[in-house]
Amino acid sequence: MKRQIPLAFCFLFGIAMIFTQFSPHSYSQAVYKEVIDWGLIISPFAMVLAVVTLIQTHVTRINLRTEHWQYSLIVFVGMIVMVLIGVPFGPQNSIVEWLYNNVQVPMDASMFSLLAFFIASAAFRAFRARSFEAFLLLATAMIVMIGNVPVGDLVWNKVMSWMPWTDGASWLRQWILDVLNNAARRGIILGVSLGVISQSIRIILGIERSYLGGGD
Amino acid sequence: MLKYKIILWIMLCSILFLYDTYVFSQEPETTPPENVTAVDTPNDDGSSITVTWDSVRDDSVRSYKILRNTDGGEFEEIEEQLDVDTLEYKDSNIEKGKTHAYVIQAITDTDAILVSLQTEGVIATGQWFHSGKIQLFIAMIIFCGAILGSIYLCRNNQDVFVRRIPGLEAVNEAIGRATEMGRSILYVLGLGGVENVATIASMTILGQVARRTADYETPLRVPCNDPIVLNVVREMVKTSYLDEGRPDAYQEENIFYLTGDQFAYAAGVDGMMIREKPAAVFLQGTFYAESLLMAETGNSIGAIQIAGTDSEHQLPFFIAACDYTLIGEELYAASAYLSKEPMLLGSLRGQDWGKILIFVTIILGVTLELFGINWITTLLQSVR
Repeated sequence: MKRQIPLAFCFLFGIAMIFTQFSPHSYSQAVYKEVIDWGLIISPFAMVLAVVTLIQTHVTRINLRTEHWQYSLIVFVGMIVMVLIGVPFGPQNSIVEWLYNNVQVPMDASMFSLLAFFIASAAFRAFRARSFEAFLLLATAMIVMIGNVPVGDLVWNKVMSWMPWTDGASWLRQWILDVLNNAARRGIILGVSLGVISQSIRIILGIERSYLGGGD
Repeated sequence: MLKYKIILWIMLCSILFLYDTYVFSQEPETTPPENVTAVDTPNDDGSSITVTWDSVRDDSVRSYKILRNTDGGEFEEIEEQLDVDTLEYKDSNIEKGKTHAYVIQAITDTDAILVSLQTEGVIATGQWFHSGKIQLFIAMIIFCGAILGSIYLCRNNQDVFVRRIPGLEAVNEAIGRATEMGRSILYVLGLGGVENVATIASMTILGQVARRTADYETPLRVPCNDPIVLNVVREMVKTSYLDEGRPDAYQEENIFYLTGDQFAYAAGVDGMMIREKPAAVFLQGTFYAESLLMAETGNSIGAIQIAGTDSEHQLPFFIAACDYTLIGEELYAASAYLSKEPMLLGSLRGQDWGKILIFVTIILGVTLELFGINWITTLLQSVR
């Protein structure tokens, strides 16, 4: 019974949700909205458990003075401060807004800005021409990068002036993105879509049940 | 005789001239909007009526007004002013189950009002099936049929061929490496919620990984980004350890909630990588901009990294920074590949039939287009 009831619910709701995608009728849309609302109602309960887990994890680290326990203290203090100010006074409170704009946003921006350096280091490794395929990748990347900057067309018009068309660098870049890149991307998207359909059927029919715990 | 003919011609020309002068001196007659029709909006939930009309052939008309009556009552204005180019109006503010009729007023520059004829009364009703999605529905039935048929045919067949997927072959290698080095395994499920199919696929891989870590007694760390995912994952991993007869090895505190914020999550995972130096890192699920932040950090600590995502924009980052990458559909094939369950493998064969069908449609569509026949293109473009 522990397995059968969730599987029966999964089947019923799975079929119902597919039906709602093809039926604009108000009854079917009401079912869709209702199920989505149930999901929203479940989330806060799960959040309570998550916050309890978070507190347990960091309090244990602080109590046991494990390695790097100071980071846990910062997390713990930050969370307490935000809860103490945010819960009674609301998210529009000036202190909460100040903390959000001057602590959370700059830290998020810092993490995001690291991406530029990580892209450079990953590109450096990926573009080493150790094989023919890697050379192709390198050549394509060079064309796209040159086509992305205004100087690319300038160089093209000077160096390739004997060619019948101008601004070839940006044209070539766009062609690579629109034709080669798009073709590969759509191939992946088609595969992913079929994979999603297949996975969904397996879940709805109860063939795939490892998400219930305990593998097959 | 000639004299009379000349006089006759002069008289005829004079009459024509006078007639033309009269005709062109007249103001053009301005007619009200014609062919005004009101229909129940197709493929909706019965909450709207669509009104259409023909353009008034007069430059002096500057706007339209729409009036509606309910169950034969008084006409009331429902829209202040509509642009002169507007020839369709969707009335979404109707009373369900009641009859509505409409008239259109054309307003001229001189504030003259030209009123159209009243439309037939219309009752809006909801449709049970969206006729614009019939092609999509048929395609879904065909794909589902192919997958179900393949599952049925393969249910007792142990010899279903599946091509080698290096990323999944490397799962055992990664766990073995971590065990030998005495270090932990870090499993990242991405930012998707539990409703995300990629997250569910990732959880099935995690279930298989957990079985092996239970056998090898290798610590498995799972930082979660979503509270519901956290609870499901805890239950899954716990059951995997129970199934392997190692409930004592299960440590609940190793599966924990980190944060719901995207970059804070990336920072937390990166910090764990730097501090704990896991020997193997699994990045499976839905990822956004944080993908490379985590993959590059994992690469910098020398961990064996197996990534998998259906986010096609993040795939190049994973390919550049990870040792193995499950590309798109391979992520969904993982549970079948790792479990070797015939019914699950059958669904993979069904997917291949779907791919063949799409491939044939593309080839056929392109070939027909070259000959100027475009019904396949039209059919696909008509999907709403």
